[in-house]
Amino acid sequence: MSPEWQTVWLTLKLAGITTALLMVIGTPIAWWLARSDHWLRQPVAAVVALPLVLPPTVLGFYLLLLMGPEGIVGTMTTTLGLGTLPFTFAGLVVASVIYSLPFTVQPLQNVFATVNERMLEVAATLRASPLDRFFSVVIPLARPGFLTAAVLTFAHTLGEFGVVLMIGGNIPGETRVLSVAIYDHVETLQYGKAHLLAGGMLVFSFIVLLTLYLINGRLNNGNLKS
Amino acid sequence: MKATGILARLSTGFERFQLDVDLALPGNGVTALFGHSGCGKTTLLRCIAGLQDCDGQLSVNGDVWQADNSRLPVHKRPLAYVFQETSLFPHLSVSGNLNFGYRRTPSAQRRIHPQQVIDWLGLSHLLDRRPERLSGGERQRVAIARALLTSPRLLLMDEPLSALDQTSKRDILPYLETLRDTLDIPIVYVSHSATEVARLADYIVMMDQGRVVAEGGLQETLARPDQPFALEEDAAVIVPAVIRERDSQWHLCRAEFDGGSLWLRDDGQAEPGNRVRLQIPARDVSIALAANHDQSTQNLLPARVMDMAAEQRPGMTTVRLQVGETSFLSRITSRSAHQLGLSPGMKVCLQIKSVAIVE
Repeated sequence: MSPEWQTVWLTLKLAGITTALLMVIGTPIAWWLARSDHWLRQPVAAVVALPLVLPPTVLGFYLLLLMGPEGIVGTMTTTLGLGTLPFTFAGLVVASVIYSLPFTVQPLQNVFATVNERMLEVAATLRASPLDRFFSVVIPLARPGFLTAAVLTFAHTLGEFGVVLMIGGNIPGETRVLSVAIYDHVETLQYGKAHLLAGGMLVFSFIVLLTLYLINGRLNNGNLKS
Repeated sequence: MKATGILARLSTGFERFQLDVDLALPGNGVTALFGHSGCGKTTLLRCIAGLQDCDGQLSVNGDVWQADNSRLPVHKRPLAYVFQETSLFPHLSVSGNLNFGYRRTPSAQRRIHPQQVIDWLGLSHLLDRRPERLSGGERQRVAIARALLTSPRLLLMDEPLSALDQTSKRDILPYLETLRDTLDIPIVYVSHSATEVARLADYIVMMDQGRVVAEGGLQETLARPDQPFALEEDAAVIVPAVIRERDSQWHLCRAEFDGGSLWLRDDGQAEPGNRVRLQIPARDVSIALAANHDQSTQNLLPARVMDMAAEQRPGMTTVRLQVGETSFLSRITSRSAHQLGLSPGMKVCLQIKSVAIVE
């Protein structure tokens, strides 16, 4: 595989794994944020939103310290025989999950808030247990939100740069993702290669977003008719 | 021995509202929870279903659903609930909606099957439709059918007709009557419509401000002269009767009840031999000391004054009168009552201006 394709493949793999993990982690958090009136709700919502406002380098800096040999997480992973996470692909995944968390949680939280409580009560009177209600009623009704969350998370992970640089570095085949490669090419004045990757990313992102809006438009039209 | 019926001693409260009831409802037939909006009837229904947190005890035909420190969660209670407004799942077709509860009911407990409810509620031509393509009445019929397919041992209905227009209401009522006569389970029906209650209920619970103000069999309760204020304006008795003859010249038919008979307008529906429920509003019943045939009222009945009660609103009196074995209510001004010198035991003549067949 050429170094270019290796970079593209690594980037897609990172975005794909991150999106899959975040769907699993983000869904219960979003459900809790949408439904609970616990006093911790606002603090948790603020923590989830932090990556939106923090410069990625700040996030990357603290993650580096936490996951490094001296950090709490680093000590734990070392004790478990996993080594330290910075400058590994696994480390990138962990960082991306945290970095993209709000892009999963917020669309889901919004759509969960619109799921009619009555529908859940109806399902309960029709013998559906709480978990059953979630899978048979909430998820189908929240489908547009899941689609938005997945696409935004995927696209946002594709574009991350600061965090990657801080904790991943620039190891080909391990942590060298698109955004870093483009930066590298520009630094070394290889504008042709930079164009190829940057242009490819531009077109790809546009197509992804266009597809999302088209599908969501169709879903919403379907809902409006009801 | 297992206790029959629904025993509910429940209380719950939220801001400025307190529900406090101690009820023993019959284990079969239709019980109507009746009263103004805000009287707590829906809250009580939700407490019975387990949708609303409450304290107390609840058992249904011997099965304990709630004791002091344990509550059966909603999905483990063998009940069905029909909500006021449309509650079909928008992401499922009609048959998907029908199957939702049926699939989740253990097959050993299934006593009601899809084909039966599809027949009862006339749904066979709707099965492939999406809920958004149904009329209000059709949606509510699907919702009822879906609820029944869990083979419930208690059917709870929260004003299932109130969101419907008059035509849909008229169309759906016969279906509800079929269910009442076909199902061998208790039905608790919340309503603020005297007509629906008159037509469907066997037992009636009147509520006000979170408390029960009257309960009992339909006829006796509606014929109480000390009407709870929820009813004063609309007080009406229900008289079971049988259509005996039709007078085609004057478009009238004669309905015979226990103690006499009444002429009513023949709308072409009632056939001789039909059993009907007649609704007679208390405000359309007046009292005369002697039969006077020089007047427009068709129905004059000899009656005996049983008792009377002043209403909460000053100036009006409700009088209970007996014709044979049947009770009537008359709502007259207190001055008339005084001028006629009405007293229990007195023989008078009833003039009935309007009679409606409600079933």
